[in-house]
Amino acid sequence: MKKIVITLILINAIFLTGNAQMFITKNGKVSFYSDGSLEKIEAYNTQVNSAINITTGQFVFKVLMKSFSFEKALMQEHFNENYVESDKFPNATFQGLVANLNDVDFSALGTYDAIIEGDLTIHGIKNKVKEIGTFEVKEGGIIGSATFFVKLADYDISIPGAVTGKIAEDIEISVDVDLKPRPTN
Amino acid sequence: MKHNIYSLLAILISLSLTPKQSFSQDDLMDLFESDEPSTEYAYATFKTTRISLGQSVENPANGNLIFDIQHHFGRLNTGIYDFFGLDQANTRLGFQYGITDWITIGLGRSSFEKLYDGSLKIKVIRQSKGKVTMPFSISYFGDLGINTLKWQDTTRTNYFSSRLTYTNQILIARKFSSSVSIQLTPTYIHRNFVETSKDDNDVWALGVGGRFKLSKRISLNLEYYYIISQETAKNYDNSLTIGFDIETGGHVFQLFFSNSRGITEQQFIPETTGNWLNGDIHFGFNISRTFVLKKPKEFREKTNL
Repeated sequence: MKKIVITLILINAIFLTGNAQMFITKNGKVSFYSDGSLEKIEAYNTQVNSAINITTGQFVFKVLMKSFSFEKALMQEHFNENYVESDKFPNATFQGLVANLNDVDFSALGTYDAIIEGDLTIHGIKNKVKEIGTFEVKEGGIIGSATFFVKLADYDISIPGAVTGKIAEDIEISVDVDLKPRPTN
Repeated sequence: MKHNIYSLLAILISLSLTPKQSFSQDDLMDLFESDEPSTEYAYATFKTTRISLGQSVENPANGNLIFDIQHHFGRLNTGIYDFFGLDQANTRLGFQYGITDWITIGLGRSSFEKLYDGSLKIKVIRQSKGKVTMPFSISYFGDLGINTLKWQDTTRTNYFSSRLTYTNQILIARKFSSSVSIQLTPTYIHRNFVETSKDDNDVWALGVGGRFKLSKRISLNLEYYYIISQETAKNYDNSLTIGFDIETGGHVFQLFFSNSRGITEQQFIPETTGNWLNGDIHFGFNISRTFVLKKPKEFREKTNL
């Protein structure tokens, strides 16, 4: 019996040390910005989950919508209650791949342009997206960053009639994640 | 035997770890699933700091100043001569400021009784789920009112303290779903001076209020204050208000019909004389505009982001 236990623990240990190709963060940054004639809207989220598997190129984000911080508390409430409906759809997610994995050498220091392709889900609506970003490989980590636009209508986020045209329908989204090697227990 | 159980436990633990390793090739998203649950606080239990007439558990955020413009008109049954009450406006202008996210101070003046009021609202408990579960939000609301009408009887000795009225309320609210919130509001009002010996100096009442969302931006609000103190209950009516919150992007408009003319708690809770069935109905509205005087930390240190 003891032998079996020890063997199992050993097997576990071997598997757990084999995770060095994973980079992860739980405090990545996502911000968005839109400049309509009525309201300039700006919000930050510094608790973004993100992970990348540098062998397969798999790249994911998970963004808790309630963690977005706005300049105006009332705007934050409207955002959660009426725009993205955070109670129904607590998270925005991205699940995709580094499409040009061959062009990015995660083992050598430097900055690389990357094409990120995958499914972006906001407000419960999933869309295929393809955006350009960069990876900066440095000592002890990878910084991933990208800036792109999202059309509110694509995600079924409606703007009330009274302010149509006064709130921009395209939102600029900036992503900045400082990914660290996943701790190997 | 004991030894075996330990071994079995160890195996089970090992086995439970195994799926975690196999995922590494499949779904990175699972990495975030095992996260410890965090505490999630209820928000937007009510849309503004008032249900319609009375206070709600909502506070302005830290550093936010709310400017309130409140109007209660005369009775609808006054007919065309008074333009259904619109000729007789009772107006209150007020400010509320969030010193912190949980302490609010307020100042205001109503034209009815030329009343000045100073208030304090403190969030005591926030409704939450997740790591910390709390079924209710609880706040305290205290208000000091100063009636500044000229003394009616100048033959007697009038004391400044006779102008004062104290209101104390415990606001207990629960957001049941994204579209239904209910609040109970036990209220105690102490009036230093009352007009007749039959009036109560101390008035107890129980308020019930609710918010029901009709659409994303419009909600139906109901509010009822039941007077417990006997003398007051005999001579005055319970306040009943039916209203709507309309959110239009930046502003919230509250429109309502009520049998109360007063705007502050000390007026509409113990001094309501209107009867809905007789058509003693007052139209009223609140408009509130929020100014951000102190930006959230993230925006003050924006250059660091």
